[in-house]
Amino acid sequence: MATTAEGFDAHHDHAHGHDHADHKPGFFARWFMSTNHKDIGTMYLIFAIIAGIVGGAISGIMRVELQEPGIQYLQWWAQFMGGGNDLNTALHMWNVFITAHGLIMVFFMVMPAMIGGFGNWFVPLMIGAPDMAFPRMNNVSFWLTVAGFFSLLFSLFVPGGTGPGAGTGWTVYAPLSTTGSVGPAVDFAIFSLHLAGAGSILGATNFITTIFNMRAPGMTLHKMPLFVWSVLVTAFLLLLALPVLAAAITMLLTDRNFGTTFFNPAGGGDPVLYQHLFWFFGHPEVYIMILPGFGMISQIIATFSKKPVFGYLGMAYAMVAIGVVGFIVWAHHMYTVGLDVNTKMYFTAATMVIAVPTGVKIFSWIATMWGGSLSFKSPMVWSMGFIFLFTVGGVTGVVLANGGIDDNLHDTYYVVAHFHYVLSMGAVFSMFAGFYYWFPKMSGRMHSELLSHIHFWTFFVGVNVIFFPQHFLGMQGMPRRYPDYAEAYHFWHQISSYGYYIMAGSMLFFFVNILYSLLAGKKAEANPWGEGATTLEWTLPSPPPYHQFETLPVITDAHDYHDHRPATA
Amino acid sequence: MGQRDTRMKNAILAVVAAGLAALTPLSVAAQDAAAPAAPVAAEAPAATTAAPADPVAPAAPEASAYTPMKPTPGKGMPTSYEDDPVKSLHFQDQYSANGEYALWMHDVILLPVITAISLLVLALLLYVVVRFNRKANPVASKTTHNTMIEVVWTILPVIILVVIAVPSITLLARQYETPPANAVTIKATGYQWYWGYTYPDHGEIEVISNMLDEAAAAKSGEPHQLAVDNRMVVPAGVPLRIQTTASDVIHAFAVPSLWFKMDAVPGRLNEKLLTIKEPGVYYGQCSELCGARHGYMPIVVEALPPAEFAAWVKAQGGTMPGEAEAAPAAAPAAEPAANTAG
Repeated sequence: MATTAEGFDAHHDHAHGHDHADHKPGFFARWFMSTNHKDIGTMYLIFAIIAGIVGGAISGIMRVELQEPGIQYLQWWAQFMGGGNDLNTALHMWNVFITAHGLIMVFFMVMPAMIGGFGNWFVPLMIGAPDMAFPRMNNVSFWLTVAGFFSLLFSLFVPGGTGPGAGTGWTVYAPLSTTGSVGPAVDFAIFSLHLAGAGSILGATNFITTIFNMRAPGMTLHKMPLFVWSVLVTAFLLLLALPVLAAAITMLLTDRNFGTTFFNPAGGGDPVLYQHLFWFFGHPEVYIMILPGFGMISQIIATFSKKPVFGYLGMAYAMVAIGVVGFIVWAHHMYTVGLDVNTKMYFTAATMVIAVPTGVKIFSWIATMWGGSLSFKSPMVWSMGFIFLFTVGGVTGVVLANGGIDDNLHDTYYVVAHFHYVLSMGAVFSMFAGFYYWFPKMSGRMHSELLSHIHFWTFFVGVNVIFFPQHFLGMQGMPRRYPDYAEAYHFWHQISSYGYYIMAGSMLFFFVNILYSLLAGKKAEANPWGEGATTLEWTLPSPPPYHQFETLPVITDAHDYHDHRPATA
Repeated sequence: MGQRDTRMKNAILAVVAAGLAALTPLSVAAQDAAAPAAPVAAEAPAATTAAPADPVAPAAPEASAYTPMKPTPGKGMPTSYEDDPVKSLHFQDQYSANGEYALWMHDVILLPVITAISLLVLALLLYVVVRFNRKANPVASKTTHNTMIEVVWTILPVIILVVIAVPSITLLARQYETPPANAVTIKATGYQWYWGYTYPDHGEIEVISNMLDEAAAAKSGEPHQLAVDNRMVVPAGVPLRIQTTASDVIHAFAVPSLWFKMDAVPGRLNEKLLTIKEPGVYYGQCSELCGARHGYMPIVVEALPPAEFAAWVKAQGGTMPGEAEAAPAAAPAAEPAANTAG
C-alpha cells in the first residue's frame, strides 16, 4: 500500500510518445469509424443515456395512465402514433409501450451502459492494455446496437396488430408474436433484437479475448480487479445465451413469414418451446444486466472504505457461480405454463441456490466496509443504496422462487416490483455509482458532490415510492401489463405514480450536474478519490491520453493481489 | 404437518360425501347451513338476462332456480386501501386448502425471513456508517479474509433455504395431487378476449363469459373490470378438475383468492385440482399478455352448494352425471355440515 499513483506515467517517460498518444483523428473518423475503446465507451454511454430518456419517458406515459382507473390518454397516444381512434388501437398502444419500455431498458440502456460503456472504458485501463483486442469489431458492435435501436423505433410506426407497433411484451411470446400480430412491426422488433444481439456477441468475444490475452505483465487472473472479473463472466454469459435468443427469434421470423410451425401446434409445434428457448437466454440476461454492477460496487466500496475488498476470491468465484447456476434456472419464469411437478420442484430448488453466492457478495461488501475508514462521496452513497435495495429485490426473488407461491404471484405487480428492485434499483444504482465514480476520470472534470447527493436521495425516495407499493398491488392480485384496473387497486397505483414524478424530478439534478461539470467543473486530478483507489486507471491522467500504456505497466509479485497498481520505478 | 394432511383429507372426503348426498332429496336439511344464498336467489330473477346476445349457452328458462350470487365485499376480490388499509397490503383471503397452506407458508416462513434479512442488511449498513466513518475510524484495518465468517455466511443461508424448501416442496406436491375420478371437470378456454367454460360431464354445457361494461357492473353491484355476464359456476366443497387451453394465443386462468393460476396454451390441455372451500363469488383476471384487450377478460368463479349447482346445470340444459354410480361413497359422511357452512 505504500506505493502511490504518481510513480507511473508512460507518457512522461517518453516525450516523443506523448505526441503520438494524443494524436486524434478528424471528427468523422474519430466518432463514426472509431477504433478507440474510450471513444466507443463514451458513445455507448451517450447512447445509453438517450435510450434511457426514451425508455424512461415511456414509463412516464404508463405511470400517468395508471394513476387513475379507466383509459385516460391512450387514445390520444394511438392517434399521435398514427393509429385509429377506437379502443382496441388505444389498448394495443399500451402493449406497445410496455414492450418498448422493456426492450429499450434492457437492450439499449442497461446493457450498452454497463458493458459497452463502462466495460469498454475501464476493462483495458484496469488490465493495463492499450485498447481492446479487436478495435474495429468494437466499432461494429456499437453501430449494430444503434441500428437495432432504430429498427425498434421504426417498428413503432408500422402496423403490428390492432394498431401501430409491436405489442408482444419484451418476451415476444408465440403465438401472440406470430399469428397474433399481423403486420411488419413485430418483424422490425425481432430484427432489432437480432442486431443488438449480434452487437453484443461481437462485444463479448472482444472482451473475452482482451481479458485473456492483453493483461499487463504480472496481472494474473487472480490479480484482476473485480470489475474485470464481472465483465469476463458477463461476456461468457452473453456468448452462450445470445445465440439461443437469436435462434428462437429467427424461428419466430420463419413462423411469421415462411410458413414454418416451430411454435404453432397446428403444425406440430409448441408455444411453450419458445418460452424455454427465450428464458434459456432470458435468465442469464438478468445476470448480464447486474454482474457488471456487482463489479463496479466492489471497486467503489473498496475505494471509499480505504480497504481492499473482503474475500476477493470468494467474490470472484461467487460471480462465476451465479453465472453458471444462472443457466439452469430458466423455467422459474414459466411456473404456470403446465410444467410437471418434478420439473417445478427442481427449478424451485435450483433457483433458491442462487441466493447463496448472492448472499456471499452482499456480506462481503459489508465486511469490506467493516473496519474501514469510510468517506461518503457520491459513488459510495449510491453503492450503499445499491446494497440495501438489491437485498430487498433479492429476497422477494426468494419468495418468487417457490413454484407453489408463484402460482399466485406470477405475472402480477409483485413480479414487476421484484425485477425493478433488482434492475431499476440494483442495476441503475450501480450505474449511477459507476458514473459518479468514473466521471472525473472520463471527462477530466469533477462533478458537484452536492448535486449528486441530492440526486441520490431524491432518486432513492422516488423509486421506492414507485415500486414498494407494487408489492401490495401484486399480492392483492393486480396483473401485469394492464392499462386499466379495478377501483380497489387505485390507491397504491396513485402512490406509485407520484413516486414516478419524484424520480423524474430527481433526474434533473443528474443532467444539471453533468452540464455543470462539463462547462464549469473543477479539473480532476489523476486520482481524485485518494489512497483507496488502487486500480490502474487512477495512475493515468484525467482524462487519460488518447492512447495509453504504450509501455506496459508491470505488476510484480511483491504486490498483494488486491493492489492492482504497477510497481513504482 | 401430518395432522394437517389428515385433516385436509377428511375435509375433502367429507365435502365429497356432502356433495354426493346433496344430489338426493334427503340432503335438504344438510344444506340449510349454506342457505344465505337463497334470499338472493329469490330477489332478482331479472338479472339473469344480462347477456341476451350470448350465442352458445342454451337459453335458460326465466323461471330457473339460478340467479347470479351477490358477491360478498372483501371476499374473492381485491380490497381497496380505503376499505381496509391493512388488507390492501396483503394477499386476498384464501378459499382453498392449498391457498391457505401457501398463505401460511408465506406469512409464517417467507415474510419473516425476508423481512429479517432486509433489516439485518440495513442495520449492518447503518452500523458501519456510524462506527466506521472517516471521523470515527480514521485508520482503516487491512483485514481481507476471515475463513470462519465466510463459511458461516455461506452455510447459514443454505440452512435457511432448506427450511424454506421443505414447505415449498410440500406445497408443490399438494398442488399437483391428481383429481379423484369423480371430480367435476370444467374446461376453461381462452379466446381473444373472453373465456369459454365447458362442462364435459354435464352434457357439454358451454358458457361464454364476457366482461361487463362499467354501467352493467355497477347495476349488478360488482366491481368494474372484474364482473362478467356469465360466470363459471362450480359446486363448492367438491374436487374440481380444472382444465385450461386456448384457441388463439396464450392466456392464463387466474383466481388470486383460490391461489390458482394456470396458463391456457393453444394445443395443450393443462389440468389441475381445485377444491373451493365454501360458496362464494371469486374474481380473477387473465394473467398472460394476449393482445389488445388482455385487461378486459376477467374470470368469475361462482361456487354454489352442490344442490344449487345441480339446479344451475339443469337450468343450462345440461345433465348431472349418472346418479347411480355415485351412491356407494356414503361412509365418512359424519361431519358434512362443518364444511358446507364454511
